[in-house]
Amino acid sequence: MTNHLPTIDRRRPARRLGLLAGIGLALILAAAPARAEGDPVAGEAIYKRCGGCHSIDRNRVGPKHEGLFGRKAGSVPGFDYSKAMRQSGIVWDDATLDRFLENPRAVVPGTKMTYAGVKDAQERADLIAYLKQATKPAAP
Amino acid sequence: MTEIQATSIIAPRRTLLLRGGQALLSASAIAILAGCENMAATHAANAASTEDDVQILNTALGLEYEGIAAYQVGAESGLLSKPVLDIAVAFQGHHKEHATALTDAVRKLGGKPVTPMASYEFPVDQLKSETDVIRFAAGLEQGAASAYYGAIPAFGNRDLAQAAASIMADEAMHWAVLRHALGENPVPSAFVS
Ligand code: HEC
Repeated sequence: MTNHLPTIDRRRPARRLGLLAGIGLALILAAAPARAEGDPVAGEAIYKRCGGCHSIDRNRVGPKHEGLFGRKAGSVPGFDYSKAMRQSGIVWDDATLDRFLENPRAVVPGTKMTYAGVKDAQERADLIAYLKQATKPAAP
Repeated sequence: MTEIQATSIIAPRRTLLLRGGQALLSASAIAILAGCENMAATHAANAASTEDDVQILNTALGLEYEGIAAYQVGAESGLLSKPVLDIAVAFQGHHKEHATALTDAVRKLGGKPVTPMASYEFPVDQLKSETDVIRFAAGLEQGAASAYYGAIPAFGNRDLAQAAASIMADEAMHWAVLRHALGENPVPSAFVS
């Protein structure tokens, strides 16, 4: 660890600038209305944020994501959903996921998914691209 | 401020969760750092009721129970060397303290605290070495830190948000130590998300 310190000191001003630019860019992306192509590899890294509560193949604090696309919200057997989610009438696809993941508690008020959301549209697109690959039900 | 910090270490965590007090470094400080107006707006739009706060605390409590159970599996696996086992037991102890504090807070707010799941489907068949166990724990700690990160702005009550930030910091420290134990860069970036 100590060997990181000199590097940090030397580079600090440049890093700060890069950081500010990065934040600015993130805000611009978050504000941009157009939905970009998703990159599943980037999406897999973003899915780590969900990994406190979700796994693809097992119910945890959140329901498993296997078979997500085309499924009615709140329908995984054996998972104790909120009434709000069960009665939301949502069917999961690119568009509904994009809206829900931006601000879960606004889209399904009363949801147990107490997560602020993924505000960046590109990050959501990446995440959805990853989910589309990873949640395909296992071949029989 | 010194008093609050001291209390949080010595007294039951409940004190920290439920007392008033000045934020040391609150979620709003992070918003200011990021210069982010839309975060402030989200906060207003999310102005949550007590019921919502109970929901958030209960989801967090569910996470803590999973963590406690996971460390139990690790500790009983027979795969951990003494120093790693000691760390696992210490970290499990922290999660137990979090769970107690969250349970108390839910009750104080008039809610019904969730209980541990009857069983957890951990990927035990994939845990074959000490490294596997540490990697599994590191993943859970990362997920927990991230879950608190996502929950903090959702709290209606600022004191609860502060308390959640305190827990998030603890999970992040666990994650860093476990990464270090794996020979990975313990602090891979300047921000946790
Ligand atoms: C703090 C824990 C937590 C985090 C973090 C979290 N979720 Fe959830 N998620 C839940 C819970 C709990 C539910 C069930 C919600 C309900 O019943 O109201 C849920 C439900 C969902 C659903 C609906 C599933 C279904 O079967 O109808 C989707 C989709 C989802 N989450 C995606 C995500 C994604 C993607 C992320 C990461 C960006 C994420 N979640 C992060 C806890 C979480």
